[in-house]
Amino acid sequence: MSNATASSHRTTRGRPQLFTSYAQETAIFNTRVKRNWVLVGILVMIVLPFFMQRDMVALITTVFIFAIGGIGLNLLTGYAGQVSLGQAFFLGVGAYTAAVLGGESRSGVIGLGWDMAIWLPLAGLVPALIALVLAPLAMRVRGLYLAILTLGLVFIGEHIFKEAKPITGGAGVGRAPADPVFLGFDLFANQTILGYRIDRFTIFYLACFVIFVVMAFAAKNFARSRFGRSFAAVRDRDIAAEVMGVSLLRTKTLAFVISSFYAGIAGALLSIVIGRISPETWNIFLSIDFLAVIFIGGLATISGSIMGAIFVVLLPKLVNALTPLIPGFGGVGEGGILNVFELQSIIFGLLIILFLILEPRGLYGLWLRLRNYFKAWPFSY
Amino acid sequence: MVELSADAPVISLDGISLSFGGTQAVRDVSFSVNTGELFAVIGPNGAGKTSIFNCISGVYRPQKGSIKFLGEEIIGQSPEHIARIGVARMFQNIELFDNLTVVDNLMLGRTQYLTYSVASALLYSRKARRQEIANREIVEGLIDFLDIEAYRAFPVGMLPYGVKKRVELGRALAMDPKLLLLDEPVAGMNVEETEDMARFILDVRAEMGISMILVEHDMGLVMDLADRVLVLDFGERIALGTPAEVQRDPKVIRAYLGEDLSEAAKETT
Repeated sequence: MSNATASSHRTTRGRPQLFTSYAQETAIFNTRVKRNWVLVGILVMIVLPFFMQRDMVALITTVFIFAIGGIGLNLLTGYAGQVSLGQAFFLGVGAYTAAVLGGESRSGVIGLGWDMAIWLPLAGLVPALIALVLAPLAMRVRGLYLAILTLGLVFIGEHIFKEAKPITGGAGVGRAPADPVFLGFDLFANQTILGYRIDRFTIFYLACFVIFVVMAFAAKNFARSRFGRSFAAVRDRDIAAEVMGVSLLRTKTLAFVISSFYAGIAGALLSIVIGRISPETWNIFLSIDFLAVIFIGGLATISGSIMGAIFVVLLPKLVNALTPLIPGFGGVGEGGILNVFELQSIIFGLLIILFLILEPRGLYGLWLRLRNYFKAWPFSY
Repeated sequence: MVELSADAPVISLDGISLSFGGTQAVRDVSFSVNTGELFAVIGPNGAGKTSIFNCISGVYRPQKGSIKFLGEEIIGQSPEHIARIGVARMFQNIELFDNLTVVDNLMLGRTQYLTYSVASALLYSRKARRQEIANREIVEGLIDFLDIEAYRAFPVGMLPYGVKKRVELGRALAMDPKLLLLDEPVAGMNVEETEDMARFILDVRAEMGISMILVEHDMGLVMDLADRVLVLDFGERIALGTPAEVQRDPKVIRAYLGEDLSEAAKETT
């Protein structure tokens, strides 16, 4: 491969970026620059937690988790065009599956205390299975109707979570999440590796990062496969898709199932970061957060989902840090025109509207523009 | 002209009748298309041309009659199944996937030949890659054939009308069909685009030997290209024959031009 490309580079002098095979063109990293930057990015993310404060490490861990859930929702909403408000429900199912299988049995709640190698896949598979059961119902409707139907799912789910006390601890009480012990190695405890003491937040950060990278690459592969194409075909023109031999029901069901798998994994990991999970966590606002991730990040792009997750998770912290500097804005109970949380909601809402109007491709679209501008620099076209 | 083979016909319709409530869209129409034949269906607006296409591709189900495709009865089969056994269709109004590139649109035509599993897709396994590349080569061949290399990587929604029509022909050809249904392939095109499309249709027949049924209002195109022409009026077959025969048929002239003008028309045609 390297020999072949090297020689073709020599013969195509002046056009070093020409693709010389279809395999090369359809690769995830179809240019060397892209691959190198992603490798640099991965290295930076691995080293980063050792230079950051604890709460920052936990925050970036949350970014990875939101990116996993966001990628899942993007497969369903961005690629297959099925708007879903039900993401929070599947996150919740994932979290409780993990908690029951991997948590401790304490104060009236069930916990089997199994290893993470068992509960992590199941935290994805159980929501996926529920999605498979619900799909024949949900996939009969589309557009706004599906949005409302999945909205109903969140409310029904929240109610069930509040009532199923042996599993969830009940409303206002909650329960402890699963213990992330992977093949006997505790991923959420301070560890000493090769003489270095690594704190538990860093360990869990690295674990989430690995899971995130694996799932992001899997999603990227999926998106460039025949399934990604048939998702887009169903989104763009379902009748024509059917005449091409794409089964509508099967394609939509697959999108729903795979999206719920991603949500379940994200939910299980999120519950560990939160520390104690109460049924109220999995409400409509969490679903909206995930919609914000994909709308701000960019529909139908995997990298966009990641950018969106960074934005949605870090923005509140940024607003928190900046508001005291602006006169008239204060913390909760401090008076002023608006408090921090109100300001956050307003900024979120404004940004979603602005992105929808000005750049529907989201942050990913902004990035493309920036990249293309500098590709052609100093010529504007 | 291409030799008509003496084999069994690719498709034969026998006594097809289709009605919507009290409206008789198609009444007792029979015809068959031979291998490699370019068969045209013409008729005034509302004569039932597109209804016949919808019967063949499984979108409508006729109340009476039988449709045999390569010997198999296809009335009552799903559009998906009929597509898989070799009937491809180009729509009257463009039905492309606007946000996908030309390559991806054509790759969707290859749907039935890509069989790797979900797990293969997530890992992009060797099997997935091999199938993708093998089908990509076929698609690129078609892109080359249709002379749309320049648009290969553009989202289809951005392309001009004439090119979109060509992409749609390409997507239908990508299905490797045995019968191609062309529903007004040159509607709304200028002279040059029409000439291009006519050339592609002839090339498809000459190089790929695909049988075609063509519905078209452009009489010049139909008379130049078709081996045989079926004329419909109010859902009924009023003539069937070579273009020359059909053009001389008094019933056809009456259907197109009305009673009074038919005398005058004889002089001009």
